[in-house]
Amino acid sequence: MTARGRLWLFLVGAAAFAMVFVTACFSLPPFGSVHHPYGERAVRAALSHHTANVIASVNFDLRALDTLGEETILFAAVLGTVVLLRQTADEQRTRPEPAVVRPRVRWFALAMLPFAMLIGLYVIAHGQISPGGGFQGGVVTATALHLLYLAADYRALERVRPVPLYEIGDAAGEAAYVVTGLGALLAGSAFLANVLPLGTFATLSSGGTVILLNAAVGIEVTSGIVVLLARFLDQAVEIGHADDGNDHGNDGKERV
Amino acid sequence: MTVLPYLIAGWIFLIGVYGLVTSRNLIHAVGCLAVAQSSTYVLLLAVGYRRGGTAPVFSDAPTDSRVVDPVVQALALTDIVVGATVTALLLALVVQLRKRHGTVDPDALSELKG
Repeated sequence: MTARGRLWLFLVGAAAFAMVFVTACFSLPPFGSVHHPYGERAVRAALSHHTANVIASVNFDLRALDTLGEETILFAAVLGTVVLLRQTADEQRTRPEPAVVRPRVRWFALAMLPFAMLIGLYVIAHGQISPGGGFQGGVVTATALHLLYLAADYRALERVRPVPLYEIGDAAGEAAYVVTGLGALLAGSAFLANVLPLGTFATLSSGGTVILLNAAVGIEVTSGIVVLLARFLDQAVEIGHADDGNDHGNDGKERV
Repeated sequence: MTVLPYLIAGWIFLIGVYGLVTSRNLIHAVGCLAVAQSSTYVLLLAVGYRRGGTAPVFSDAPTDSRVVDPVVQALALTDIVVGATVTALLLALVVQLRKRHGTVDPDALSELKG
């Protein structure tokens, strides 16, 4: 199909979509309305389970089974990326050379690293009582680790980031979620039901199984993102075509 | 205009799809898909907004305070995670395409290759 034909097809489709969508919008409850039956029930359910962060309660308690599905999508996507970005037979791995980093960048990144890491772990740990949780905190923790790549070079990052360990962490996080759900079955309740003591409202130990599921997701997301970034960085920095010359081995960084 | 936030979500979606249709570069196309998907975040949060509502976290707010709908916020969270990982998977596919076919222009990728 020519570019022009494709554009026309899009315009026709877009016009039809816009018409249906606008009609639907006028039949939706008005923006900002007070009436939210599901929201009110979710808030009541979260408060009765002593979980101050209602969103964490929805994700890890009321809809815990859906979150298992979502976690599995994450797991499958990481697995797919690992398979797609593996080193093939006609490629070779070159060891990246040490890179020179401007002192200011180095000190800034090194100073930020512990804080970023701590914030990530804090966000994971406080998922049940404050905004955040395993998904958000996991991403912060995983990217905090990569400040070392900015501060030094790829070799330094590789030393503190054993990828096989994080691959195991990814699988362990996924497994821990299922095991927690099976634990609820053994306790005589439904799969992924909240069977643990609920604790005192708005304290770190409140929420029952929300804490465990949140931690499992935190481990999986942290490990998954580290593995994901490691595969892309390997492609950019280390893996080159055998007859490609050696323009990949310079760490992807500018020389000073 | 109480429907304006909903209409904006539809507009973002159409802009994203327009980018996909006219794209000459697969990395750009993956970016456009992310834009089209982000319209769902706007729509979900717009549906869940409650005038005068605060965040649905009760650790430092009285338990009877008016909050926005937590269910759609949880859905938006799900949406973002799935969107980010699928974007990563698509970009990995583009990396392989570039290596095997030497191009990221979708129009140049017409031939089958074993």
